[in-house]
Amino acid sequence: MPGWQSWLQQLREHPLYQLTITRLVEFYREPEAVFWVYVFPLLMTVGLGIAFRNEPVVRVVVDVVERPGAEQLVQRLLGAGGGGSGRVAGFHFRVERVPEAEARRRLRVGKTQLVLLPEREVGQGEPSARLLYDPTRQDSVLARLAVSEALRHGIRRKATHGVREEAVTQPGGRYIDFLIPGLVGMNLLAGGLWGIGYVAVELRVRNLLKRFLATPMRRSHFLLALMLSRFFFTATEVVLLLIFAYWAFDLVIYGSLWQVAVLLVLGAWSFSGLGLLTASRARTLEAISGLINLVTLPMWLLSGVFFSYERFPQAAHPFIRLLPLTSFNDALRGVMLEGRALSEQPFEMANLMLWGVVCFALALKWFRWR
Amino acid sequence: MTRPTVSYAIECAGLVKVYEGDPPVQAVRGIDLRVPAGICFGLLGPNGAGKTTTLEILEGLLEPTEGSVRVLGCSWEDGDSGLRRRIGVSLQETRLSERLTPRETLRLFRSFYGCGPSAEELLALVGLQEKADSYVRHLSGGQKQRLAVACALVGDPELVFLDEPTTGLDPHSRRQVWGIIASLRRQGRTVVLSTHYMEEAERLCDRIAIIDRGRVIAEGAPSELIAQLGGEHVIEIAAADSLPDHLDDLEQLASVRRVRRFQNMVQLTVSEPQEALEELLCYLRQRGIELQTLRARHASLEDVFLSLTGRTLVEADA
Ligand SMILES: Nc1ncnc2c1ncn2[C@@H]1O[C@H](COP(=O)(O)OP(=O)(O)O)[C@@H](O)[C@H]1O
Ligand SMILES: [Mg+2]
Repeated sequence: MPGWQSWLQQLREHPLYQLTITRLVEFYREPEAVFWVYVFPLLMTVGLGIAFRNEPVVRVVVDVVERPGAEQLVQRLLGAGGGGSGRVAGFHFRVERVPEAEARRRLRVGKTQLVLLPEREVGQGEPSARLLYDPTRQDSVLARLAVSEALRHGIRRKATHGVREEAVTQPGGRYIDFLIPGLVGMNLLAGGLWGIGYVAVELRVRNLLKRFLATPMRRSHFLLALMLSRFFFTATEVVLLLIFAYWAFDLVIYGSLWQVAVLLVLGAWSFSGLGLLTASRARTLEAISGLINLVTLPMWLLSGVFFSYERFPQAAHPFIRLLPLTSFNDALRGVMLEGRALSEQPFEMANLMLWGVVCFALALKWFRWR
Repeated sequence: MTRPTVSYAIECAGLVKVYEGDPPVQAVRGIDLRVPAGICFGLLGPNGAGKTTTLEILEGLLEPTEGSVRVLGCSWEDGDSGLRRRIGVSLQETRLSERLTPRETLRLFRSFYGCGPSAEELLALVGLQEKADSYVRHLSGGQKQRLAVACALVGDPELVFLDEPTTGLDPHSRRQVWGIIASLRRQGRTVVLSTHYMEEAERLCDRIAIIDRGRVIAEGAPSELIAQLGGEHVIEIAAADSLPDHLDDLEQLASVRRVRRFQNMVQLTVSEPQEALEELLCYLRQRGIELQTLRARHASLEDVFLSLTGRTLVEADA
């Protein structure tokens, strides 16, 4: 037998290879699992990507009170032939014509953001208007700015005072660009917890862990195989996601690809540790499901998957930044969106590694094999 | 102390296992066993008797609360890597991966040992060649059980533990598994199995230990245990009307060793069935008792269990 063939044969009979390959085979024979790991994240990206496509981000609902002068006001707001909606000065307006009492009610309950009351002037010149808004509501304040801007626009049709406006929308700053790294992080975390933690408990429940323990199998081989097979799924899934985002949304990665890869490996490893730790004691599938939700949900919420954690109070930021998913997301966004090197983000890298080391140490200590 | 040169595959003494909890469960309450190499040894007992607990302690999967264990001359505390290679185990309940085939499953288990028979040989041994490449979840209960036994044999073990290898199987599948177990013994391996079917223990085992409530209540070859009843045959009678209360003088009959009553049934343990029957019929005729049933059979381990515990195995299960 030629050397490489016997080498291949040896590889095939190696427990690490067998443990890994059987998990892969089992996984690909399970259509549901394939769907949740590969198809679902893509569908989610498509859904969110479309929902937050780069339309004018600010939608303004304005009620114009039905009175003489109302139509002129609408025309001035939207331009001639505006009808019920239109796009002016970067804002998207929708105009409702309603009686005054109704308009005031709608403002109170938040159905409209702003009410315009046409006011007749003695001179019969340009109609003027009173503008009702709620200064405690962000959208209402925004609507006030939008309406006065649009009305000004209507009069002059030109920017003045030497200030020229330029709309800047390019890959890197869009919501989808923010979202993709978040989704990658989320999938990596889910992979570690469901793909490793849940699977480990399932094997325990099925008595298969105990059965393996009754053989000369090395525990390290088993754990490593669990991680390797999972990393294979996660890596293919992330690559698919990135390729898809590149194709559908012109995703641009500003940093280096290999740094993205290094970060993926580090993240997957760290989250595997978290998964193993979560799974170390649980004896039932119900228990592990609950624990996984307990671990993942706060991070999905806090760690900046769908929106930036900057929205949370400043005082909470130090704690949020200690979460491993925050570190991963921040670092990945740093590389992908800002082109920063991993070495420029020492806190994130150290935090992610620390989580991995501590989780693995505790998991190996506490892991219930039988 | 000088010991005969019998080598024991298993020696354990004073095994106690208490499962922590509220209340704590005393699953094993002091078990001593010596299993000579090369025999098939059975642990017979009802559900909950402590068979699985005992086996898992012997297999090194469970720490005993008290007691000492030596398996193939080694102790589990001395590190298990060497010992693991020499034994094969089939647990009471293991759900093997449903989406792997028997061939793949055996290859996986085989990789842990790095030697031993090939997957093909094992499949042939347990008669699963035709199912070699269908998913485990498409196998019948008996086929799954045979695969589990094959998994216990991948390392070519000297000592094989089988925990309830035929529980829940139909008679045909049970017979197939019995065939495999008998062949293991012929190959010179030591087999330790647990069962709550006395027929299985009687048929397969050279020696058995009857276990009840965490203790060994009898140990020996099945024939010895049955012989201890004093007679090898059992006669059961039931009358059309209820039997009179005082039948104690049945014991006076020369060939009757023991009398037991169960509601309207009487069971006699006898040594000479023909003699006993004649005496019995004569006795009944004299008293004008009319029989509804009369059954004579070989005494079984069931009778041994009954005489030791006052319960049948089936009753003890409940
Ligand atoms: N992990 C456990 N925790 C608590 N009690 C247990 C555990 N396993 C078994 N038992 C109890 O110990 C006793 C013996 O169980 P087991 O060894 O499984 O008996 P068998 O195999 O003879 O049916 C039973 O009463 C059972 O309920
Ligand atoms: Mg049992």
